[in-house]
Amino acid sequence: MSAKVMTLNVGPQHPATHGVLRVQIDLDGETILRAEPIIGYLHTGIEKNMEAKTYTQAITMTDRMDYLAPMSNNLVYVLAVEKLMGVEVPLKAQYIRVLLTELTRINSHLVWLGTHATDIGAMTMLLYCFREREKILQIYEFVSGVRMMSSYFRIGGLAMDVPGGFDKRVKEILDTFPSRFDEYEGLLTENKIWKNRTIGIGKISAVEAIKSGLSGPLLRASGVNWDIRKSNPYSSYDKFEFDVPLGQNGDTYDRYKCRVAELRQSLRIVGQALEGMPEGNYITTDRKIAPPPKEEVLKNMEQLIHHFKYWSEGIKPPVGDAYVSIESPKGEIGCYVVSDGSPKPYRVHFRPPSFINISALDKLVKGHMISDLIAIIGTTDIVLGEIDR
Amino acid sequence: MLVDQIKEYLESSRSADFESIEIVRGDLIGRVKVDKLVELCRYLKNDRDLEFNFLSMITAVDYLRTRAKRFEVVYSLFSIIHHHRITLKLAVNETEQVPSLTPLWDSANCQEREVFDMFGVVFSGHPNLKRILMDDDWVGYPQRKDFPLTYETPEFSHNRDKIDLANRTPREGEN
Repeated sequence: MSAKVMTLNVGPQHPATHGVLRVQIDLDGETILRAEPIIGYLHTGIEKNMEAKTYTQAITMTDRMDYLAPMSNNLVYVLAVEKLMGVEVPLKAQYIRVLLTELTRINSHLVWLGTHATDIGAMTMLLYCFREREKILQIYEFVSGVRMMSSYFRIGGLAMDVPGGFDKRVKEILDTFPSRFDEYEGLLTENKIWKNRTIGIGKISAVEAIKSGLSGPLLRASGVNWDIRKSNPYSSYDKFEFDVPLGQNGDTYDRYKCRVAELRQSLRIVGQALEGMPEGNYITTDRKIAPPPKEEVLKNMEQLIHHFKYWSEGIKPPVGDAYVSIESPKGEIGCYVVSDGSPKPYRVHFRPPSFINISALDKLVKGHMISDLIAIIGTTDIVLGEIDR
Repeated sequence: MLVDQIKEYLESSRSADFESIEIVRGDLIGRVKVDKLVELCRYLKNDRDLEFNFLSMITAVDYLRTRAKRFEVVYSLFSIIHHHRITLKLAVNETEQVPSLTPLWDSANCQEREVFDMFGVVFSGHPNLKRILMDDDWVGYPQRKDFPLTYETPEFSHNRDKIDLANRTPREGEN
């Protein structure tokens, strides 16, 4: 080691940091001795804001955390409130939730692949990935009216039924995407430059990964078989058949292979959900939780009272707390909700996977070159909106 | 093991560390004595039948004026091997310190910093306890219930004379 250590700031305004992330690094020549992620530039107090909104209004805040996977965030929040209230969600709503969260996983992974590859120098990937992502955003718009901040899930089910022609659009994705994924893999998997930039970079062992709290593809690339969809199934995931792709070396290349394999598995689940879509309601018929349909409100006194109570007061879960965690594209996203019996949550806390994954950055980059830092930030697949909340 | 089996197991082996263990909505929830926390977590992590090897979440809740001890620090531990979960809760007041779990899990580091930043709960033995989301010179703890949501009115040219500058809580270094 030479005598002179240089401290350098990467970010917060740098395209390769995927948002307003600042990384303070100590360098010996080009070798990184220490890296400290400095966060908080995007802190908007989402958890605090949710305390001032009703349970239904607060759903809109969850989209804004991980804006690349809005449906996963919606799902974990509504599942936590549903657990608190003991709501039975109709099977059809559960299937649509599964279908859409799997599309969300593809959406998030596509953005990751495009930006990660661009960071390392494979510039064309971004254009291809965003072409496919556009199809998914069109489905978001089709079902909820909004391309990104969908807020489509409601406590007890969905905001509305999926419109006619939904299955045709999803089928189009199922037909076209597998060949597109082949195209991506053809461009990258055996690409010599890609392999040189990713194999052996940012290696982490299974023991260290668990100790650092890593979850999702980052953990599975180190060979740890833990997927919440399999280990603690929610929203009827136990009815679907899919594999959990695992890596061996825990390096950037294995994480790439894991995520690309997950893209294909997600398509499998989407196909099964579409095929086995049951008939039924899209939201629970418990009128304390979901508003009655308009025709009934106009004819029936009791329904009118429910309607009035729902829109003027909102949902009132019993006093208590509940923690629910699901498998988001980035890892374990958890939601802890505390109710004091009023129509507004007393406290909401999210366990953001990106926040905990980025805290292990120092371990991942130590001893690598400064150009590898960019590859490693890409491979951790962070979203700053979720880190800072 | 199932939840009620874990409950029985803990009640027979570690009942001195808990104030209570209960099952609420299918979740195992234990209220822990503050001085026993680290020792208990080490046991939960290393015991062959339990193996709670993954620290999922640390957070806190401010029960201002509703409980004798104001803060409740909540831990969620998970076992990647057995797929079971336990929630630990600690009641502390403003002056009490909570022992840090950083010797056991590295993921405790950033989460304890967040709890400190948002609630002002101090973790003893933490290697780097400083603010993480707010500015270093920020005064106050935003997630506390007595910290108002609209703390400071943003100053623009059209509302400058309407803002009650005299009653605004000054930042550090301001007078």
